[in-house]
Amino acid sequence: MAIFLTKDSRVLVQGMTGAEGTRHTARMLAAGTDVVAGVTPGKGGRSVDFGERTVPVLDSVTAAVDGTGADVSVVFVPPRFVRAAVEETIAASVPLCVVITEGVPVHDAVRLRALAAAGRTRIIGPNCPGLISPGQSSAGIIPADITSAGRIGLVSKSGTLTYQLMYELRDLGFSTAVGIGGDPVVGTTHIDCLQAFQDDPGTDAIVMIGEIGGDAEERAAACIAERVTKPVVAYVAGFTAPEGRTMGHAGAIVSGSSGTAQAKKEALEAVGVRVGRTPSETARLLRSALERAAG
Amino acid sequence: MDLYEYQAKELFGRRGIPVPAGGVATSPEQAREIATGLAAPVVVKAQVKTGGRGKAGGIRAASGPGETEAEAARVLGMDIRGHVAHAVLVEAATTPAEEYYAAYLVDRAEGTFLAMVSRHGGMDIEEVAASDPDALVRLPIDPLAGVDADTAGLLAEKAGLPPETAKVLHRLWQVMVEEDALLVEVNPLVRTADGRIMALDGKVTLDGNAAFRHDREPPAASGGLEDRARAKGLNYVKLAGRVGVVGNGAGLVMSTLDVVAQAGAAPANFLDIGGGASAQVMADGLEIILSDPDVRSVLVNVFGGITTCDAVATGIVTALHQLGERGLSRPIVVRLDGNNAEVGRRILSDARHPAVRQVFTMDGAAELAAGLAAGA
Repeated sequence: MAIFLTKDSRVLVQGMTGAEGTRHTARMLAAGTDVVAGVTPGKGGRSVDFGERTVPVLDSVTAAVDGTGADVSVVFVPPRFVRAAVEETIAASVPLCVVITEGVPVHDAVRLRALAAAGRTRIIGPNCPGLISPGQSSAGIIPADITSAGRIGLVSKSGTLTYQLMYELRDLGFSTAVGIGGDPVVGTTHIDCLQAFQDDPGTDAIVMIGEIGGDAEERAAACIAERVTKPVVAYVAGFTAPEGRTMGHAGAIVSGSSGTAQAKKEALEAVGVRVGRTPSETARLLRSALERAAG
Repeated sequence: MDLYEYQAKELFGRRGIPVPAGGVATSPEQAREIATGLAAPVVVKAQVKTGGRGKAGGIRAASGPGETEAEAARVLGMDIRGHVAHAVLVEAATTPAEEYYAAYLVDRAEGTFLAMVSRHGGMDIEEVAASDPDALVRLPIDPLAGVDADTAGLLAEKAGLPPETAKVLHRLWQVMVEEDALLVEVNPLVRTADGRIMALDGKVTLDGNAAFRHDREPPAASGGLEDRARAKGLNYVKLAGRVGVVGNGAGLVMSTLDVVAQAGAAPANFLDIGGGASAQVMADGLEIILSDPDVRSVLVNVFGGITTCDAVATGIVTALHQLGERGLSRPIVVRLDGNNAEVGRRILSDARHPAVRQVFTMDGAAELAAGLAAGA
């Protein structure tokens, strides 16, 4: 099993004819993803040849959904066009919309989140690497060849730390790895993913990766205490981050006394989640948590 | 991007939110000139992006142009909690009859906007929340509906503010939306003795990602390494230590800083070459880090995803070639994993550059870089 994305997912790519869109569509296809269409307004009727597969390009999401039964959209359009692109996806009731684009204005993210909540769409991102259910499907840019299918669930604010942990635990493999994005406002939270992994019979244990800024990890800790019975280990990046400086991600900033890595670590440890000080230690903690659960 | 108080008040003024008459000065003479055009008394306020100005002596009263010049001379150049006052705001002094607090902000946890309004202004809002929680009204704002005149009226009423404040609350929301602000805060919002509602202070944070929608002047460049890095599309933050850190992806670089600290050294910087970085971007990043004389050793930590390790390795070799002798001045520890790691590692070993050492784990690489910085 997997969460949000399975071998049956039919993926359309918004912005497929752009450089990034084309490159990553090829990678998604190589990872086994069933990419059924691309959407680029004004370029409908063409198609893009990816070797073994030729993918049609359509003018609108609605046309793509009607024509192909697509149920996942991956968005590679530039920041200024993201709002319109995702509004179109929500209007077409596409169940899952993965926004890879970095640099989306927060007001747009807030608006899209509200529209999605009122409709039938789950947004992942923006500014995220997407998600992968290894061996089944990949929607986004997570490298497919660093791991294989297994029974660990992973949810992360950071793209590269997602890869790092997938690599450290590559022998165990993953049900799904979800990069939720490092922006202040994202469509899908740690809590949403924790709940989905808890409910997924194909997931035995969960790795949660957080970083400085906001209080998402503290809220996740409360959720774990109430609702998650599977083993969870966590990693929080940014112990050395100074106050008031944005560390790369728009949301990664320590403001006053809040948002520190230490506070997040303590909140998680208070509910029994073991928190690694490095990615490699986190991987070791996950292994021992699995052993304990088995024993 | 945080605005100075005077910039926030310019935005307020443009939308019909009353602010005291005044102007901004960067010299005592200029301050005197502005005061000449104002009815005495005036206040001279240090323009720094930090709180606690008043306690630090950055807000001074003056009775006329002469005193304004003298007070401006005292405030200009003042260091307030690490922020130097390069400008002062010279304003007509206002005597409030009542002080309130009003703010709109992004509620990250709920993914929406939040209004915070209180009948107690002029003090730290955390103090208000602690001492009289009922006096602080927090109202989630529906991002699709926003704050219209009715909602603004309701906000004022709930918080116990006079009805005439509603118009200002409505216009502050317009600032929030139309300027793509992440925070709009007025503390204090005042009612004057003659019944006028006025913003005596203003704090606005704009969303840099929304710059494409706005015709804004770019922030003043300091000419430092951070500006040079930004011009090259790199995300660079200068820190106080000795180990230069460059990697791909904000999370991995933050994590690398932590691992360096754990290995007993302090990181000299945060430098993210980003996703999909080319060899040139990597070369630019290394050049920036080696321009910092504080750096004793460099740690390059890359997990190839979109950014491939061969591009990174090529970038390192290119940079070292361009840097010549300077490239030999400090050791560079490189850890490559992920996409095309084998190719990247081979490019580096074939180059046989004397400054470069490869380590194949993140922890091991951090330990070596920390040790080299300590021994340098």
